[in-house]
Amino acid sequence: MLRFLARRIGAAALLCVGITLVSFILTQLVPGDPAAANLGQRAIADPAAVDAFRSKYGLDKPLPVQYLTYLGNVLRGNLGESQQSHRAVAQDLAEYVPATIELALFAIVLSLLVGVAFGVLAAITRDRWPDQVLRVVSLGGVSMPTFWVALVAFYLLFFKFGLLPGGGRLDPGMNAPPHVTGFYTVDAALAGQWDVCSSAALHLVLPSLVLAVYTVGMLMRFTRASMLEILGNDYVRAARAKGLPERVVIVRHVLRPALVAIITVAGVAFGSLLSGAVLVENIFSWPGLGQYAYRSAVNLDLPAIMGVSVVVAAVYIVMNLLVDLLYGVIDPRIRLT
Amino acid sequence: MTVTDPARVDLPVSTRRDRAAVRSPWRQPLAIVGAALVVLWVLVALLAPLLAPHGPLDQLAPKLQAPSGEYLFGTDELGRDVFSRVVYGSRISLPLACLLVVLATVLGAVVGTIAGFFGGWVDSILMRLADLVFAFPGIILAMAVAAALGPQLRNAVLAVVVVSWPSYARLVRGLVLSARNSEYVAASRLLGSSALRTMLVDLRPNIAGPVLVMAALDVGNAVLLLSGLSFLGLGAQPPAAEWGAMVAAGAANFDRWWIGLFPGLAILTVVLAFNFVGDTLRDALDPRTARAIRD
Repeated sequence: MLRFLARRIGAAALLCVGITLVSFILTQLVPGDPAAANLGQRAIADPAAVDAFRSKYGLDKPLPVQYLTYLGNVLRGNLGESQQSHRAVAQDLAEYVPATIELALFAIVLSLLVGVAFGVLAAITRDRWPDQVLRVVSLGGVSMPTFWVALVAFYLLFFKFGLLPGGGRLDPGMNAPPHVTGFYTVDAALAGQWDVCSSAALHLVLPSLVLAVYTVGMLMRFTRASMLEILGNDYVRAARAKGLPERVVIVRHVLRPALVAIITVAGVAFGSLLSGAVLVENIFSWPGLGQYAYRSAVNLDLPAIMGVSVVVAAVYIVMNLLVDLLYGVIDPRIRLT
Repeated sequence: MTVTDPARVDLPVSTRRDRAAVRSPWRQPLAIVGAALVVLWVLVALLAPLLAPHGPLDQLAPKLQAPSGEYLFGTDELGRDVFSRVVYGSRISLPLACLLVVLATVLGAVVGTIAGFFGGWVDSILMRLADLVFAFPGIILAMAVAAALGPQLRNAVLAVVVVSWPSYARLVRGLVLSARNSEYVAASRLLGSSALRTMLVDLRPNIAGPVLVMAALDVGNAVLLLSGLSFLGLGAQPPAAEWGAMVAAGAANFDRWWIGLFPGLAILTVVLAFNFVGDTLRDALDPRTARAIRD
């Protein structure tokens, strides 16, 4: 188990280093000169100002040196300074990341509950009408452009009928709870501010519903497929033959082994939630990574782009690492490898 | 020497139910609906000038008109006919999605074949590269690439290719690995085929099927990613009639629901159509689910 752990963590760490390399190479592809993009018209004509800018950001050194400097900084938690906000990227991100993670966690729990339940239902009613209906539902879910669902949901549920709050994390005029985790629902509950907590939870509903549309479809399809695969096993027939109630057969003999596969996909699903957040946060004015990423990309704010992709990929890798470790809990055979 | 159809030689004895499972895709309503929708959209793209009452960029109509008999889908903030723009949008999204799936497939297949066939350090390097791409959630990397190359439709296509090739490379590598040790490959090598000939003549036909299914399923994803990038302003630039960009315009005028609703529906129906077809194909061809179908 320890060796398994060490190998997985080592692989994840290597991937993280690889990610910094990818984002570093990407920024080297940028055709625009960052000096030109960030200095005004007047300053760009002044060679001294350009040189000063270049040496301030280390742009005058050879590329491998620039990369190593960058990597060293990242390891020390220094992601550079955003050329737009003139603040440390790490500081910007610390503000935005919790908002997105809170949203994504809310959405993944929702998608797992709904997706697995519907997937099981589809598998046990295979080829009958509930399965057929659910198949269309799940294919519909993975076919909808998330940003469009966001727009339609925003229009109907907020603008037209006012059922749910529209944008932001809290009602206007409400102050953020004291910072502990950065998750407003948790922080407010810790501080005992129940009105803030319920407002934060209500604001989560609409964006996380929208985000879950895709992942529910994905998890539903996958749950159905892995349930069906396992249903074909002889031990399932044996369990039925010895007269176990169908409920027990499905939950203990089929769903439990199927969960191993489902958990893998949940890791991927979390990644698609992070992607979805980029598209959805703009519409719900959700002050998270998505909005920040978009603003930095448009402004070619190199350190910010690097920071965002590194952090998102790192979160994604950690999520998948957790998933790998969960295997060991669910499927004892894996511990041996 | 009697000539036997090589495709028939090693077919296992199949039961009637097996054959029904393989033949059925075209009898399933979902596949038919999907195929019909694909054909419909292709026709729309081909006949766009005949179907659309106005040009996609014409600013003739009164601004922000709700849908009516004259303007079926209403008009947008510049007084352009939304219906005409949706119709012309198919001429951007459909060919580009197909193009980038072809590019990603070819790139992935070449990389995967090389990795699987030669193994060793070539394999390690190529697959670690694929792992790196997988380490990013799709649109994050696509966004970074598109932003780095500059916001343009062409760069958005490239960005989606960069994100998409690794899944093909992995699939093809796995298929090549399992085929590499088969007897027909050994026989071919013994008869003096070069590595290239073995890959193209002996391996390719055995790999094409699953890759095509994956590509069919991927067209939908490609449309989603590409329109997503355009929605973010990193793909098609105004005034192009691209669906994702049109939804973005709808988001800017969200109280006029028709501006964003119809281009989004266009994306949805196209993606749904390809997913219907691809999903049915996968069910029929994937040995894992096929086993479940048979029992």
